[in-house]
Amino acid sequence: MPDIQATVNTTEVIITGFGGQGIVLAGKILGEAAALGDKKESTLVQSYGPESRGGACSAQVVISDRTIHYPYIRQPDILACMSQSGYEKYIDQLKPEGILLIDQDLITPGKVKNPIYAIPATRMAEEIGRKMMANIIMVGFFTAITRQITLDAARDTVVKSVPKGTEEMNTKAFTKGYDYGLALLKGQEKKAAGKTGAIA
Amino acid sequence: MKPSVLTGEHYMTGDEACAEGALAAGCKFFGGYPITPATEIAERMAARLPGVGGTFIQMEDEIAAIASILGASWAGVKSMTATSGPGFSLMMENIGLGIVTETPCVIANVQRGGPSTGLPTMGAQADMMQARWGSHGHYEIIALAPASVQEAFYQTITAFNLSEKYRVPVLIMADEIVGHMSEKVRIPEAKEIELISRLTPSGRKDRHKPYAAGPNGVAPMGAAGQGYHMHITGLTHDEKGYPAMSVDAHAEMMDRLMNKIRNNLDDIIITEEYLLDDADIAIVSYGVSARTSLAAVDEARRMGIKAGLLKLVTVWPFPEEKIRQLAEKVKGFVTVEINLGQIHLEVQRCAGGKAPAYLVGHPGGTIISPDRVIAMLQEAF
Repeated sequence: MPDIQATVNTTEVIITGFGGQGIVLAGKILGEAAALGDKKESTLVQSYGPESRGGACSAQVVISDRTIHYPYIRQPDILACMSQSGYEKYIDQLKPEGILLIDQDLITPGKVKNPIYAIPATRMAEEIGRKMMANIIMVGFFTAITRQITLDAARDTVVKSVPKGTEEMNTKAFTKGYDYGLALLKGQEKKAAGKTGAIA
Repeated sequence: MKPSVLTGEHYMTGDEACAEGALAAGCKFFGGYPITPATEIAERMAARLPGVGGTFIQMEDEIAAIASILGASWAGVKSMTATSGPGFSLMMENIGLGIVTETPCVIANVQRGGPSTGLPTMGAQADMMQARWGSHGHYEIIALAPASVQEAFYQTITAFNLSEKYRVPVLIMADEIVGHMSEKVRIPEAKEIELISRLTPSGRKDRHKPYAAGPNGVAPMGAAGQGYHMHITGLTHDEKGYPAMSVDAHAEMMDRLMNKIRNNLDDIIITEEYLLDDADIAIVSYGVSARTSLAAVDEARRMGIKAGLLKLVTVWPFPEEKIRQLAEKVKGFVTVEINLGQIHLEVQRCAGGKAPAYLVGHPGGTIISPDRVIAMLQEAF
């Protein structure tokens, strides 16, 4: 068995939404990209009810440089929400410095001090004609904003994880989410740089 | 034909890894009935078995499912089924038939919250005593408990090996959390996997005695259709397999059934230790709760509490001698399990009053938090 673990570089992610949105698949893509693509360790535990669709659903992903003992998450570093009820269930557990990703058309966030990154993932998925690919758009967005998994690992894992024949469409969805995230970050950097410039 | 051994790195669930372990062990028959959270084992076997020359049958219920794997084993192939609490209850009678007919087979129970229908999608470890004593009569059984997806792969191979070697049903007492959790799994090359298959008979087929055991208490096993004379019954039987309704015959058969396990405990019992050598407190755990316990040991050590872990890979037969030895040197035991005190009672029994035994239990539905273990360590010691 392993040595005592010192504090190691570990990131804890909760993705939450309704059953049927592909929440668990999104979690699996993150975990698999980290474990097989980026050669880290990761665990994914899923929670769902007996309903096949519409019930509350969450995926908990731990990504670490070392063996992961405890696979459940008490205080996520990153919370990605695709339903209001999921947001309400987990927002109080988010670490004070943790970041929040939301589908902006599905969630109205309350007053939180955490940085919020919003994307109209479901609307964008509808625009490309596949509402069910909102989860993949969110995975792309997550990849760009959090940098917890590399672009190559994430994109390759998306291609591996989706049904045959839909790879191109899903890659497009992933790229849309990723580009949206990059643009959002760039906008923020510009804003921050502008402010700094003004002070100087 | 497709490969039985999927050599390489994979990201899969414990259920899927259990199925891949079975295939790597040479399992060629799965008879099952779907039930959350074990269905994914059946799904994977249904998808994979035809490609490796095996057979998958969805039976009408769990009673038929276990009956089918006993039959398949007597047809000469390695066989398994997978279920959860309610299905495990239905299988109890035929687990006894498997024990008394000495039929190698593997039964995975991916435990969920009970009693009854309970919590279908949520984990527990509350069938541990049922695994030990759920079928009627007195017997020995082997049960393993995987704590990770990688262990689900390897322990399933171990389960088949022990089952073939000792001609006894072997139980994989997994839990929903490990069953549904995804992790990295490294599957080695086929040639690196040690496989054991049942001894097969030789000599005159018309004089074959299916229950004439060798020195280790295990008889070679022929397959139906090979021409060996055989009679297989749930009744107490003699070396020929014929019913023998006498006190002496029963004692002889029972002795052998018990001793083939009891005389080989060193081979069957697998435990792992973590920081136990200098520990004041021995945490005893298995399955997913062993992960809670590992996290708790690390946390305790950071706080200056000398805790260590005895992780049970083999839960049945219980490592009685190990607990007795530990009881001589530790200040006490803490058992961590998702039930309200099952293996805890075994620890307490074997500690024999020499060291107190405490329980960190849970009625089921979720993993136990390491915080609760720490709280117990602080409170009790």
